[in-house]
Amino acid sequence: MIHKANIRPAWVVLVLLMLFTLAFTLVKTSDTPTATAIQTEQEKPSKIDLSKFKNAVENENCLKCHGQSKYAYENSESKKTVTKRMYTELVLSRDVFYVSNHREFKCTDCHSEDYGTFPHAGNLRMEAKANCIDCHGGDEKYAKFKFEQIETEFQASVHSEKHSADFTCWMCHNAHTYKINARTNDNLKETIIYDNMICLNCHADLKNYQLLTDKAKPNILKKHEWLPNQASHFTNVRCIECHAKNDDTLVVAHHIMPKKFAVRKCESCHSKNSILYASLYKHQVSEKIQKEGIVKGLLMGDATTIGPDKSNTLNIISLGIFGLTILVIAIHAALRIKK
Amino acid sequence: MNHQTERLYLYPVWIRIWHMANALLCLTLIITGLSIQFSNPETIVKFNAAVSVHNIAGIILSVSYGIFFIGNLFTPNGAYYVIPVKGFLDRLQKQFIYYTVGLFKKADAPFPVNEESKFNPLQQVTYVVLMYGFVPFVILSGWGLLYPEITVKSFFGFSGLDLTDLFHIVAGFAISIIMCVHVYFCTIGKNPTSNFKSMINGFHESH
Repeated sequence: MIHKANIRPAWVVLVLLMLFTLAFTLVKTSDTPTATAIQTEQEKPSKIDLSKFKNAVENENCLKCHGQSKYAYENSESKKTVTKRMYTELVLSRDVFYVSNHREFKCTDCHSEDYGTFPHAGNLRMEAKANCIDCHGGDEKYAKFKFEQIETEFQASVHSEKHSADFTCWMCHNAHTYKINARTNDNLKETIIYDNMICLNCHADLKNYQLLTDKAKPNILKKHEWLPNQASHFTNVRCIECHAKNDDTLVVAHHIMPKKFAVRKCESCHSKNSILYASLYKHQVSEKIQKEGIVKGLLMGDATTIGPDKSNTLNIISLGIFGLTILVIAIHAALRIKK
Repeated sequence: MNHQTERLYLYPVWIRIWHMANALLCLTLIITGLSIQFSNPETIVKFNAAVSVHNIAGIILSVSYGIFFIGNLFTPNGAYYVIPVKGFLDRLQKQFIYYTVGLFKKADAPFPVNEESKFNPLQQVTYVVLMYGFVPFVILSGWGLLYPEITVKSFFGFSGLDLTDLFHIVAGFAISIIMCVHVYFCTIGKNPTSNFKSMINGFHESH
């Protein structure tokens, strides 16, 4: 009868559950939010030390008007100073340009010297924009970025095929603001969001989308309704992982495919042969192993997929335990029948 | 008296219904769980169907476990799960020797079933570890996987979701093994089928 006064296991579990919930709440509140914590380039401190850049003084001739949303000039007829708004797409923020990859450039390296006169001549707006391959093609110094391969992939992509000449590198990469990301950023989540924003810039923004087509913009959330745990997938996987032709030699695949070829099978990613290990994730892991050694880099790395069939060791161990259990049961049963 | 069959009403209706539901749910969860774990286009249960069925069965199991949990908090049935600490290892040893030696010599069970104790010491430990260890663990980790947004992002440098996944699989596997052993041990009764009948009519038969 004494044991009736003992504590029931259910009570112990109840107390443990309450403690667990408390601990969980504490851990959760200290968790950093992921999607909102990414600083946009505009929010960064605006004090740029222009003396550090050799062409900054000359570039100020342009940026004194194009560096902000308004500019002023003297009307030669009325002799009055007129203030006008600058067209948004003609504004280039110093904060953004001087942290971009092309920050050491002079405006006139790419644009005509004739822009030196104001008002600018009308025919200047016919000036052709240089594409990536125009400068980076065939250059040994940039060989590791594989611009030629990117160009070939891009030419084969649905963007290039459907929109031909209208669709250039500029649609996704503005040479004034472009900043290398996937190769240099250690934060996988930031890279994923950065890359996905490139797609969403048109696919989630009607005014940009309709620059190229009169079609109604498809609702991305609706189109991906079939995808389980949509929010997690959208913040943890890049669009191109499923929508571009898989290529493990490029960090950012450029062969975007028509939607009927998009990956729809769970096991394409959630398996031992995950396609995710082909590009960014493989790159991240190999970088991490190089930097932090195999133990920390591989085992503690966050570049993994959750899901089935991942650990072969675990499969073998569990099969062993299961086999042993059945064997013991069989022997026991055989002995019982014999007796 | 020794040769007469004793019938003890040990399993009230709510326990039998719960037990049957629990058995079916666990079987469903094991089959669909394996289909998800070893998913490939040739699996018997299709991946999408396996995921849906696994999720639904998991949610029902949570409710059924809640009934078991509350039932054992407030009804006399909970007392069977209280392990008396004194002499615990000795009793465990006795039961183990019975199963490995005594059983074959037709010896009497050291802890016969009665109203005071439904479970022998080995059963008691297994059921406590199962029902208050692995099962709540597999349910909690299952909810963590169902709503990955609520799962802790990282735990000592490991991905929280990966760990939850691993724990869920390990606990699920442990439950499967215990279930196999449980079904086999049920054949050790008055005769091989009497224990299965008990869980249908509620009466335990002993001799």
